[in-house]
Amino acid sequence: MRIIGWLGLAALAFTVGGTAQAETVKVGVVLPFSGANADLGHQIDKAFDLYVKLHAKDIAPNTVEIIKRDEGPPTGAVAKTVATELITNDKVQILTGFVFSPSAIALAPVVTQAKVPMVIANAGTAWITNLSPYIARLSFSMWHHGYPMGAYAFKSIGCKTAALAYTDFPPGKDSTEAFKTGFEKAGGKVTESIPMGSPVQVPDFTPFFQKIKDAKPDCMYVFIPSGAHAAGVMKTYGELGMRKAGVKLIGPMDLIPDNKLQDMGDAAIGTVVMGNYAVDLNNAENKAFNAEWHKAYGKDSYPDFMSAAGWDTMHAIFDAIKKLNGKVDDGAKVIDAMKGWTANGPRGKVTIDAATRDIVQDENAMEVIRKPDGKLGVKVLGTTKAVKDECKELKVGRCGS
Amino acid sequence: MAASDTTMAAADRASTRERAADYLLRRHRFRAAEALPWLFAIAVFFVFPDRMTFGSQVLVMVMFALSLDLILGYAGIVTLGHAAFFGVGAYTVGLLAARLQWTEPISGLFAAAIVAAIVGFITGWFLLRYRGLTLLMLTLATAIMLQETGNLRSDISGGYDGLPGLTFKPLLGIFDYDLYGHTYYLYALAVLAVVFYFVRRIVYSPFGQALTGIRENVRRMHAIGSPVHWRLVTVYTIAAAIAGVAGALFTQTNAYVTLTVFDFDNSAKVMVMLILGGTGRLYGAFVGATVYMVLEDYFSKLSPTFWQFGIGLVLVLAVLFARRGVLGLFESMGQYIAERKKS
Repeated sequence: MRIIGWLGLAALAFTVGGTAQAETVKVGVVLPFSGANADLGHQIDKAFDLYVKLHAKDIAPNTVEIIKRDEGPPTGAVAKTVATELITNDKVQILTGFVFSPSAIALAPVVTQAKVPMVIANAGTAWITNLSPYIARLSFSMWHHGYPMGAYAFKSIGCKTAALAYTDFPPGKDSTEAFKTGFEKAGGKVTESIPMGSPVQVPDFTPFFQKIKDAKPDCMYVFIPSGAHAAGVMKTYGELGMRKAGVKLIGPMDLIPDNKLQDMGDAAIGTVVMGNYAVDLNNAENKAFNAEWHKAYGKDSYPDFMSAAGWDTMHAIFDAIKKLNGKVDDGAKVIDAMKGWTANGPRGKVTIDAATRDIVQDENAMEVIRKPDGKLGVKVLGTTKAVKDECKELKVGRCGS
Repeated sequence: MAASDTTMAAADRASTRERAADYLLRRHRFRAAEALPWLFAIAVFFVFPDRMTFGSQVLVMVMFALSLDLILGYAGIVTLGHAAFFGVGAYTVGLLAARLQWTEPISGLFAAAIVAAIVGFITGWFLLRYRGLTLLMLTLATAIMLQETGNLRSDISGGYDGLPGLTFKPLLGIFDYDLYGHTYYLYALAVLAVVFYFVRRIVYSPFGQALTGIRENVRRMHAIGSPVHWRLVTVYTIAAAIAGVAGALFTQTNAYVTLTVFDFDNSAKVMVMLILGGTGRLYGAFVGATVYMVLEDYFSKLSPTFWQFGIGLVLVLAVLFARRGVLGLFESMGQYIAERKKS
């Protein structure tokens, strides 16, 4: 009887010890799930879900509990409220997601105060990572695409002069500033810089482009928010016959969103964009990623650059959990575990810069071509390896503080 | 005969005056039920201590809706640009803190009220000559113009990326900002109480009666010699100042502000809240803003993807069955029950 009692106690101690070792890490996901921008949220969310599903075993016996909340419109206020409550009410230990820069900017003082790491999967304003030591970013800044495009356009595309046209909001200003810096450093000359209205509605691009056509620069660098704007740019560019007139269309990859590319037609062929991801990117991880994606979401659903960043984001979070064996209560340790993290993902090799906590990644110059099967696709012309956020390297404006 | 007529008329006039004064006083008296929303707000503080960030947002919207009630519910001014004043208040506090290091919160509120009142006075003086659709368009344009000005000078305003990391001095030099938002909830509640008392005084004053008169029959008010335009400009200016205070609180509780405060969305949302609660009845703003935001929060947690459907459904039902808002619905139900008892 007594022995059985001891055995029972031992068994009890064993189970208690066992559960104490397996931690459940609470991860708060804040993404736009409703309204006009729901698409963006879902592209990242699908990648998150896919990664968690396929790699849950990597962190065993620990597990993650994902709590999703709607990021709302790009005002910062809603995201701040829901994310603060994820911390105070749901006690999440890691925050991730964040499509819009204002959300991340609004939340920076909160995560500093709460000492909760915020792992950004999209928000692209360059100086966000300066705002808190608890922020790490796995996506990009506007400078990642714009700055290397400057040098590439001058040296390889043959742009001696370029006109800039951009949607008049922060990413547009950042992107053209980045291109201009890289382009002028390489020896190019910017002829003019045209703001093209607010991101809310798609303008008629004709007057802007006609003015550029008349000035005859070698190239035209265009930044617009992806989606419907991109379709409008391509339509006007084709109608005005600008390629025949000798004005090449270049820009960041937002110009050719994957879900709009097929509708753009011949006008798009020959456009050169700089970007960190395309479905056609030729590396083993990307092929596996695409295969798993199609298996999970059907053959007509494609991942995009946001999904690729989402995948790497969850990868970095999982690796940090694994490294700390699920003990993630100390946010500073989680961020430390991510500093210098490196892995091969769909975008190629990605690293978190230990000094800035921002991503270092390869940038590809990609030309739109017609593939043998008749569909439009991209061909990689050249790759710039290990691109850092030059805004912080060169200390431009707010990036310097 | 003639003499007695005049005395009769004089006595009549005196008693009419008395009755009018009595009527006003009666309306002005605080009723016991009016304590309910305040007790509720204080109870919320103790029951949901982890949800005060959200609570502060609700209080800010209540104040914003209250300012709209003053012009829409009482004076009948239909506007789609009320966010202009909210935004001006929000940016006054933001710019003072970010550019001039003026970070004392309470004086910031006064500054916001003054600046918003000035903008309200100038635009009101100009716009309130118009009514109906013209006024709708012009108020909308005002908000958009302010937003574009901010975007043009994004070196000052911070543009759509906003003014990040604003820090404010501790309240009254003692109470600091905390992660759970407790301080700011009580602060917002106190400011709301002061503003509410002020609005209540206005509404039940002869000036408030004149506004209702303008809403009900503007020609008649002209005919009896009421200075309609100036009355409207005055109330518009006051409402602008209150919206400015709400905006200032918004910036202070978020420690952040972007140009999206001027969005059409913001103007439209506050109007929906007010109509949902009931216009022209003071507490409509409390009920509408609270119901709307709690539903939004609840539905968006329930389903982060499809929650807008839930909100839409509630609004459709409100339009179909509760045209005078939630409070109007209660009132109708109360009357119905009273009549049933009588018969």
